[in-house]
Amino acid sequence: MPIALKIPTALRGFTDGLSQVELEGTTVGELLKNLTEKYPDLTTHLYDEAGALRSFVNVFVDGSNVKSLKGQETELKPGQTVMLVPAIAGGGPLAPETRGWAEVPAGTETGRFGG
Amino acid sequence: MSAEASGPDAVGGLPQLTGEEISRYSRHLLLAEVGLTGQRKLKAASVLVVGTGGLGAPLALYLAAAGVGRIGLVDFDFVEASNLQRQIIHGTKDIDRPKVSSAQDRLKGLNPDIEVVPHNLRLSGKNAEKLFAKYDIIADGTDNYPTRYLVNDVCVFLKKPNVYASIFQFEGQATIFGAPGGPCYRCLYPSPPPPGLVPSCGEGGVMGVLPGILGSIQAAEVIKLIVGGAETLVGRLLLFDAWAMRFNELTIERDPDCPVCGQNPTITEPIDYEDFCGLGEKTQEAAEPIAAGQLKDRLDKGDRLQVIDIREPHERTLYPFPGAKVVPFGQLVRRMEEFNPENDLVFICKIGQRSLFAIRALARAGYRGRMLNLQDGLAAWAKLIGGPEVPY
Repeated sequence: MPIALKIPTALRGFTDGLSQVELEGTTVGELLKNLTEKYPDLTTHLYDEAGALRSFVNVFVDGSNVKSLKGQETELKPGQTVMLVPAIAGGGPLAPETRGWAEVPAGTETGRFGG
Repeated sequence: MSAEASGPDAVGGLPQLTGEEISRYSRHLLLAEVGLTGQRKLKAASVLVVGTGGLGAPLALYLAAAGVGRIGLVDFDFVEASNLQRQIIHGTKDIDRPKVSSAQDRLKGLNPDIEVVPHNLRLSGKNAEKLFAKYDIIADGTDNYPTRYLVNDVCVFLKKPNVYASIFQFEGQATIFGAPGGPCYRCLYPSPPPPGLVPSCGEGGVMGVLPGILGSIQAAEVIKLIVGGAETLVGRLLLFDAWAMRFNELTIERDPDCPVCGQNPTITEPIDYEDFCGLGEKTQEAAEPIAAGQLKDRLDKGDRLQVIDIREPHERTLYPFPGAKVVPFGQLVRRMEEFNPENDLVFICKIGQRSLFAIRALARAGYRGRMLNLQDGLAAWAKLIGGPEVPY
């Protein structure tokens, strides 16, 4: 029986825009393997070179992080919902050179405009 | 309200409310859970709002309205027209002003009784600890990973609660990190994503009301932390999808192996991460640049090259590039075999950033043909050919 896997917006570009895919899998690892076989572009976003799950992606089964269960070995039962929850950031300026907050001197404009 | 809470010395050291304050905050005072004591706690409290953008705007407005005694604002940016779709603390007349000044005016206009402290600076490993030390609670409304990790780590070092939210397009997350017994951001995400692996750069679309909702949730959590006695988001990650209009809740726990708040921490001082969306040297080496002028010459000559447009469909509608082969970023590796390694491939996107990541991804996947990156993207191309600018 297939398991429902929720895909967050940030990763939907790799799953043909789908927000949920139904896949077979008796463990989390197996489910994710089936996912990356179906959508190979996701592979580098989910796994590092050593084959471990990336540090900026978490997998939750029915609201619990698999890190506190049995990780990739966590068993899945029909009817459970698996959710990929990556780190997200956005809503900021588009130009990359204006992102990131490196050290620069404070502007002098505050005094002019400020309270 | 109870007699105890209204007594002058009900809670030692808390400031008294003036008559005007009592009428201003009457709707709080009528809540048994807040009452006079809660309002006096709010008056005594100090909160640092990191970022006065989409999240910081409603967050700071509600904190000011609620009577938080001292609100610090950190930002180095200036108000732009494109901010106003969501950063409702700023107005049209504020365009080109420093965000902290514009926000300060708005907050003081809303509530002249509170103290608003603008910090017009870029947060860094050098200034963060000194700044955070002056406040009780830190509220993270940043839009980027380097600052997010810096805020998290410094909050852990100083044992300050970090009321967090982040957004992407239609989705948001919110929780409280760094609270006693609760997890920190690194318990959940131990290290930041390398450039190009999370499509957060150059795809900065966001539904304007989304940070409004998440920033308001942050304000609620800050106020609850100050007043006390409420059930907060500590240990729970709230997920919100504005498009589906759905909330989800996940359990998050402290990780004993966390690199910053675990039993044997490896991170003991602030780290200034590189700009994740910037060009790492490695990325630059992997990609061969081609200037807009060179590309035009080669196209005019009819050279053997293929232009690959990796943008999303909505972007192509706004600024098409006729003749390019369309392969959205997310399908590149899967469709690698469609490229002829005999031809030079020129990758294009809006500003030449995602195209670099595209080249890197293909190189990693084993593509061996020559790959060129349109320098500064279609923005530069539009300038060269003198037509309209890229309108998004």
